[in-house]
Amino acid sequence: MGNLEPNSPLKERISLALNNEFLRNAVKFTTERLRKGKQTATDELGNWEEWRSYGQAIRMHTIAHLDYYLSQFVNNVRAAGGFVHFASTAREAVEIAMKIMEAKQAKSVVKSKSMVSEEVHINQALEEKGIEVVETDLGEYIIQLAGETPSHIIIPAIHKNKKQIAELLSQVAGEPLPADTAILAGFVRSKLREKFLSADIGITGCNFAIAESGSIVLFSNEGNARMVSTLPKTQITMMGMERIIPTWEDLEVMATLLPRAATGQKLTVYMSAITGPKRSEDGDGPEELHIIIIDNGRSNQLGDPEFQEVLNCIRCGACLNACPVYRHVGGHAYGWVYSGPIGAVLTPVLQAEKEKWGEVANASSLCGACYEACPVKIPLHDMLVYLRRRNVEQGTTKKREQWGMKVFQKVASSHKRYRLAIKAGRIGQKFVARKGEIKAKIGPLKKWTAHRTAPALAPRSFREMWQDLQQQQTQIELDPTIQKRMEEMLKKRGDQHESEQK
Amino acid sequence: MKVSIFITCLCDAIYPRVGEAMVRLLHRYGIRLHFPEVQTCCGQPAFNSGYWDAARESAQTIIQAFEDSDFVIAPSGSCVGMIHHHYPTLFQNDPAMMKKVNNLIEKTYEFSQFLVHVLGIRDLGATFPYKVTYHPSCHGSRLLGVKDEPYILLSHVKECQLVPLPFAEDCCGFGGTFSVKLSDLSGAMVDEKAEHVLETEAEVLVGLDMACLMNIAGRMKHKGKELRVMHLAELLYEGVTMHG
Repeated sequence: MGNLEPNSPLKERISLALNNEFLRNAVKFTTERLRKGKQTATDELGNWEEWRSYGQAIRMHTIAHLDYYLSQFVNNVRAAGGFVHFASTAREAVEIAMKIMEAKQAKSVVKSKSMVSEEVHINQALEEKGIEVVETDLGEYIIQLAGETPSHIIIPAIHKNKKQIAELLSQVAGEPLPADTAILAGFVRSKLREKFLSADIGITGCNFAIAESGSIVLFSNEGNARMVSTLPKTQITMMGMERIIPTWEDLEVMATLLPRAATGQKLTVYMSAITGPKRSEDGDGPEELHIIIIDNGRSNQLGDPEFQEVLNCIRCGACLNACPVYRHVGGHAYGWVYSGPIGAVLTPVLQAEKEKWGEVANASSLCGACYEACPVKIPLHDMLVYLRRRNVEQGTTKKREQWGMKVFQKVASSHKRYRLAIKAGRIGQKFVARKGEIKAKIGPLKKWTAHRTAPALAPRSFREMWQDLQQQQTQIELDPTIQKRMEEMLKKRGDQHESEQK
Repeated sequence: MKVSIFITCLCDAIYPRVGEAMVRLLHRYGIRLHFPEVQTCCGQPAFNSGYWDAARESAQTIIQAFEDSDFVIAPSGSCVGMIHHHYPTLFQNDPAMMKKVNNLIEKTYEFSQFLVHVLGIRDLGATFPYKVTYHPSCHGSRLLGVKDEPYILLSHVKECQLVPLPFAEDCCGFGGTFSVKLSDLSGAMVDEKAEHVLETEAEVLVGLDMACLMNIAGRMKHKGKELRVMHLAELLYEGVTMHG
């Protein structure tokens, strides 16, 4: 699947994905593996729920005091000799990076995986200026070759199978490479080694920024982030303004939560912490360190009781792996860089054009698997409903839906109208119902019956049969054990009310 | 002691047999259910679609219906979840309504919760000589936390062979208006769920939410596969009356 136009409607993007058997199989295969891994790793910990609550508390506290911790972080970065830049928009972030490129007369850039750099589209800007930019995370490297965007927060090429990857890499090699993971990874490794050694600038993302020391912490499994942050003379780190955690002690919690939730690893393979540029006694490291702190819609969520918690996200991708919608459509159907449940929330809250992006909040059955999977307990399923309400308030929902909801409101607000509606439905269905089933693909039923048989309304509704049913219930003595239990419960409830009133 | 049934709109209009089973089953213990007829729908279709004014009006019928009940029981984890989880959101700016909402929440139970936690019943003395698989509906299990209760009740049913459903916790794809708004996506999800149910070779699919079961049963029929789909209340009632 190529890069989908984010401008195409959600339905079209979903339809494209549903018709791509390769994609669906590849996504199912990997998300299942990750889910199982997470299950094992969290079971092993024994008290995963406690860790989640702990993680949530740290993120809640940090975001509630983000101004304080950000300024602490910035002061410490500067004290350690690093440069800090603030970008309020994606465009500003790119402009800042390009100025550094210019000052350094950079010709080539190596990058380690960073979602925020995808968000601001730094690669496009670099390429336009004729600067070579090479992604060094294996998955990112693959999708860069394919000219695509990541379709998963941590497994960017999740939608590709081994054969498709071998074909892409064969083009780079100029000879056919076998679809063998070790051989393909070996080829990429040797190819990247040249790039690491010759790059003028390294761009990294940031998993966590530690306020008390001004350090940035990078999690990686391939060691590429360490190469990017040690070999080039200049390092640019792009981070969303919410990546902060207060202390190293908090990092312990995050280092426990993130890899387990993401891939089922107890620890990430490489965890690099960088405090300022290279000191005279250091063996390696960049001579210059620039940190670009990016807002791009984030600060608008601060103080919003419904959406502030979305800033708690630690970008582990667990909600994608748990999501039954993501499982069937992969990441590109969501239209922007962030996918899955977190993408369905982040996209409309970060993007300025709400009318265009609000629709993505509909891509959920609201099953709550995302919330259950989230290591910091972000109520994504609730936020999706808030976003839908916002769409309604802004009048961007379909006219037919608005009309349908008006009818619902009329019917459901009065039991008399509700009773009549059931009766009317029963008359209406006479034309389509056979033996208690409706198969006809007509009118408003079409969307349902395209994939399922619909049940007909019952010959008598429960409320219509109630009187008969009630008369059949003879007077039986209430079971004394049950009576005692229920009375105790009522008493307890009463006592509680009393103590609350006091 | 006033125990009332919140029938839910789906069971009222399409599956009254579920309500009937609940009424008859509880009657065996001497509980005579009340049915306040001002109740309509919990409001979830409108709430989940973002039409909160409509949802509030619908919710008000439920709040009013059960004001003087001591206990309220419903055959749906989703509708009870709506009351527990979303009514406080809907009425957060209305202190008078919030008081009523909190009163409703503390007395409202999903069917299996009510049996196990309120009545203290685990074994109803039922017999059900079939191979059965159970689909845990998302809202009941995740929103309301009904996880062990149905297994407790089913494990005491004699001759019932309970087989685990693969990927049981995955959503069936219903999602209310989601199923018609993104119909093809919902169709793909329910197809996979139906496949997993068929894999178990169970004769009966049981659950606690008729919406999800309607979705899965509808897909089964569409595929030409026959399988009995029942609410747990129906299974238990049949188990105590027919197979004993």
